[in-house]
This record gives sequence, C-alpha cells and structure tokens, in this order.
Amino acid sequence: MAHGAGGKASRRLVEGLFAPLLLASTSEPLGDAAHLDFNGTRIAITTDSFVVKPLSFPGGSIGELAVNGTVNDLAVSGAKAEAMVVTYVIEAGLPTPVLEAEVRAMGNAARNAGVKIAGGDTKVVEHGKADSMYITSTGIGRPLRGVTLDPRSARPGDKILLSGPIGDHGITILLARGELDLEADLSSDTRSLLPLVEALVKAAGPGVRWMRDPTRGGVATSLNELARDCRLGITIIEEQLPVRDAVRGACELLGLDPLHIANEGQFLAVVAPEYADAALNALNLSSGGEQARVIGEVRQQPAGSVLVTTLYGGSRIVDMLVGDPLPRIC
Amino acid sequence: MKFVDEFREPEVITRTAEEIRRLADPERHYRIMEVCGGHTHAIYRFGLKDLLPSNIELIHGPGCPVCVLPMGRIDDGLAIAQRPDVIFAAFGDMMRVPGTQGSPLEHKARGVDVRIVYSPSDALKLARVNPDKHVMFFAIGFETTAPSTALTLVRAKAEGVHNFSVFCNHVTIIPAIRAILDSPDMRIDAFIGPGHVSTVIGCRPYEWIAKDENKPVAVSGFEPLDILQSIVMVLRQLRAYQAKIENQYKRVVPWEGNSAALKAMAAVFELRPYFEWRGLGFISQSALRIKDSYAEWDSERRFDVPGVRVTDPKAAQCGEVLKGVLKPQQCKLFGKECTPEHPVGALMVSSEGSCAAYFNYEHRKTAMVTSIASVA
Repeated sequence: MAHGAGGKASRRLVEGLFAPLLLASTSEPLGDAAHLDFNGTRIAITTDSFVVKPLSFPGGSIGELAVNGTVNDLAVSGAKAEAMVVTYVIEAGLPTPVLEAEVRAMGNAARNAGVKIAGGDTKVVEHGKADSMYITSTGIGRPLRGVTLDPRSARPGDKILLSGPIGDHGITILLARGELDLEADLSSDTRSLLPLVEALVKAAGPGVRWMRDPTRGGVATSLNELARDCRLGITIIEEQLPVRDAVRGACELLGLDPLHIANEGQFLAVVAPEYADAALNALNLSSGGEQARVIGEVRQQPAGSVLVTTLYGGSRIVDMLVGDPLPRIC
Repeated sequence: MKFVDEFREPEVITRTAEEIRRLADPERHYRIMEVCGGHTHAIYRFGLKDLLPSNIELIHGPGCPVCVLPMGRIDDGLAIAQRPDVIFAAFGDMMRVPGTQGSPLEHKARGVDVRIVYSPSDALKLARVNPDKHVMFFAIGFETTAPSTALTLVRAKAEGVHNFSVFCNHVTIIPAIRAILDSPDMRIDAFIGPGHVSTVIGCRPYEWIAKDENKPVAVSGFEPLDILQSIVMVLRQLRAYQAKIENQYKRVVPWEGNSAALKAMAAVFELRPYFEWRGLGFISQSALRIKDSYAEWDSERRFDVPGVRVTDPKAAQCGEVLKGVLKPQQCKLFGKECTPEHPVGALMVSSEGSCAAYFNYEHRKTAMVTSIASVA
C-alpha cells in the first residue's frame, strides 16, 4: 500500500520498475507531465488516476478532483491544459444520482478550468470492487511561453514560494471519513492552479525554475524530490508556513506533520532571487493567491535534503513521507 | 491555538534557553533522560537540542510503547488476525510495526481485516456494527491509554458485547525506570518525567527516584517551553545538590493522579508476574493483564495464542541505546540495515522511538557537519 502513498516507496516503484522498463530516457528528472516535441510542435501530456473515499467531501468531489488534478499537473509543468479524456471505472450498483453528480461536477470543473473533455471510456466492475468509482484522466496542454522549468536549474539563493495554506485537502478527507469524532470548519482546497501559474509566469517567467503541486506526500515530499534532483539543500522557515488553525489543531491531535499532508490546490515554485518580489506580488494580487509566501530558499547544504528551521533557531530534517501518514495516539 | 501557542513563544523560549546556559556548570557533563517518547519526538521536532549547551546530553528513555513491545507479541496478535472472522483493530502507531511476517499494514494488503481506530471505544463500536465478526483490539500503551481500554472493557461487559476482546499489551512505566536505574552501566543525572502517564498516576510514584536514588525528576509537558522549563528545574536541583520531584506540568497533572482512571484500571487489570520488554528483557511486575472476571473479553484466553518469542538480532543494540549507554548513531546497524522504512530494532519503529526520531530529524544534519569538517 505504501507504494501508492506518494512518498518514498512510490518513488522507488516508479524509478525502479516503470521508468527503466517503459521510458525512452531515464536521465531526465521525473516531473508531473511530459513535454514532447513533434517536428517543432510542443505539447505537454499527463495522466492521473483518482481513488478517493468518500467520493464527495466538503469543498469538492472525485469528479472535480479528476479535472483539477490533471489541469494542475500540466500547469506546474509549465503548460496550459487544452483537452482531456477520462475513464470511469464504476462499481456495479452505484446509485445513478451519485454517478450523475460526479459527471456534473466534472463538467463544471472543466468549464471553470477552460479545458475541453474530448472523449472517454467507462467500465463497470462487479459489486465490491473499485470502491464505488475510480476515474483516470489524461490531459494534453500547450507549453506556456516565457518559462523553462528544470529542477537542475535551481541555484543557491533561489527563493521557494508557496501559493497558500497547506494541509486543507488531506485533513478534510481524513475528517470526512467520519472515523474521528472531530469536526472542523475546513474544506478541500481543490481548484485549478492555472490562473495563479499564469500570473506567476507573466510577472517572473524567466526567473521561475521549477514548480510542483504538493499532492500526496505533501510539501515535504515535493521539496525532497527537488533537493534530490538539484543536489542542493532546501531550507524552509517554519514560521513562514501558512497553515490554518483547524489543520494545525488536527495535526497536533493526531501527531501528524502538516508538511506531509496532501494538497489539491497549492503549488510550490523556485524563483531566482531577483524575481522573487515580482513573483510574490503577482501571486498576492491574484484571486486565491493572497496568502502566498516565500517559505524558504535553496542553499548549498545539506545537499539532497530539506531542513526546517524552527521558531527558536533550532532545526530539523524533514524527510519524504514513508507510507501513508498514520496518526499517533499512544 | 490556546494551550499551545503560549508554550511556543519564541521570546520566552530564548530566555529559558539562556537560563539553562547560565545554570549549567561548564566544568560538568549532564545526562538527563526524558522518559517519554512524546518528549523525544518534541525535542527533535522543535530542534530543541540546538538550543542547549553541548554539555547537556539528553538520553531518550523507554517511554515509547511501540518500541518496547516484543516482536513475538505482534506475531501472536497477527496470528489471531488471520482467522477469517476476526477484525484486528489498533492505533495508527501500531500499523507499521513489523512482526516476523510483516506489519499489520502489510497483513492488510494481503487481505487480513486490519482497521485503524483512534480509541478503544471505536473498536467496541466496530464490534457493534459487525455482529458476525469478532473485533480484537490490540491494546498498547502505558498508564496513558490503559484507563480507556479498561473503561471500554467495563462497557463491553455491561452491554453484553460478546464479539469483542482485547489483546492486552499495556505496560507500566515505574518498573522500566527502575530497570534502567538498576542497570550497572547506568549513567543518568536526572529525569524529565512523563507528562501523559502522570495525568493518571500523579507524581507520588516517582518519589523513590529522589529519595532512594538521589536523582531529580521534573514531570514535564510536551511543548517546547515545558521541556526547557523542566531542564531548568532539574539543573537548579543539581546545582543545589537536591533531589526532589517537581511538577512542571501542573496545568494538567494533579499530584495525586486521577483516581477515577486508577479505579477503572484496578477493576479490570492486574499485574503480570513478569513481561518482556524489547531492548530491556524481562522485567517483573511491569505489565497488565486482564482479570479473571473479564476473561471472556481477553483475546489471549479466548483464542489459541502461539506464544511466539522472537529475539532481536544480536547486532541491534537497542538495549544500550534505551539505557543511554549508546547514542542511536553509535549502533552498528543505524541507518544501514536499520532505517524507519525497514526497522530492525525496536527504536527505529515508531517516530517517537529515539532512533527513528534521530534518523528523521537529525542524522543528515550531523552527516553534513562532519562532511564539512572533513573537507576543512
């Protein structure tokens, strides 16, 4: 199961099995989307499967996630989603209104994100399989002009930007499962990141070196991947991390670290220092980017690792998530 | 957040750290054991070691229930879980702890019905909604979690829920501290006492540590300021050649403990004559078992338990680390054969285990410093 949780084991599975057997080149760092060149025409392509329980939760549902997740994977690879195809794997006996609600949610999300749904496929599997519904979506996009992204272009002194508060999605899902008698005024942050990414690229394109949406495995996992790919150290300042009180409270209670919790509507960017102010301004002035902040910077050391400096000048290493985040009780 | 933020106020923290530096005699080396895994975790999570002078060494104690649980107990519990009619319920803490045939999570991936619960009463709820299954709660923890297990058993009996039982691994903290103090290679100057356990047992059970062993104890909360204040308390005592029990965590810990919780425990549990602790060996009267009057709800009596005994790999030096004789990184297996992803020894298992905490939060920092030093 840990192989699907987005952390270390997932990475090992991809790098140890899928990449060597399936990919044309294994020397490129693995990103959220692939950029291909057909005789001078460049396109970006990505695919993602959505497995979520419960299907709908405060702030969103699986149909909406399937669109936003794909649009966002393209956006943080520096591309604008143009079209997608979707596959529904449906458990026999799923009530029609539930299915209809998800199809509608998908349609609305696609309209909001400005992406066309060009086709799809459905399969029905026996009752007891597929947890009500799985969705796979594949999107293609057009590369944005004026930005080239590569984690290996990060340099010491570059700033790390974060688009907004972290952990909302993961904690919302945890609470929506209803196993905890906890309630919080919290909803998933699922949204299309394209408008924010476009604003950032417009204001600071030549200075933007890398972007990533920290979904499963959270900010910690994305930054560890960056640190590994660029072979530099990432230092983040704990007090700069935007975390809502409800998320912080739930994490305190359950012994979880917000840095490991999933997000569906935030992204991280590495920006050259001379572009950092312009980049942050552009995000702060965009709708939904008001809480964007510089949370840290790229440094020479500790190479390949992420260091968090705490409020009191102490520090700790933050690793990738190992398996799913599990609550600590005893 | 109330009761959290005021104990993380940077200015107060810095002032307290300065006081520690003032109190610590530069000629002397201090070895202070924080008994509880929660403290170990907080010390690393907040980088508190960076605030202490280098002659104050924090030794991570035995107070991590997952770490001290012998592998054989996990195998026993998972053997019962293999039965098709059984649901194995446990805290998230247990889920990645390896048995010889893999962890509960790995068993779940193989089709065993394993559920994460947040309290024993959630496990009882599971039993009520699954009347055709038997729900076994795999109970772990010190006096912190034992009362809620006890109350759940009382409720199960009162409500006549017969498809529920507890596999009891509850342990008690005092005998473990005694075992550490009795160890011939023991070298500890003072204790940071466990806050959560003390909300139940109070401060009185520690008095012998001061009286007979002449070691200061400060029962401590879990916020950064709590831990630093407790260090101040024991340093003041050491400076004055005193040894007494101080309660830093007064906002939560009553001196006499929680009598309702103690009563519930006494109604349901009795002491086992001896119990094996991972890393420390057998310690007499150090664990709880379910009384005869609750035998029907005792998984160990209800099912055939293989009674597996698994010795830790000889190369793993968990015992020495637990007693503070070795630092985590001085163990031969640390970071090589033994990592949080593939723990060999007990202390690498839970994020509160000193080896896992050290591995996750600290060791690459040190690796970095040494690599810079070796270049220079």
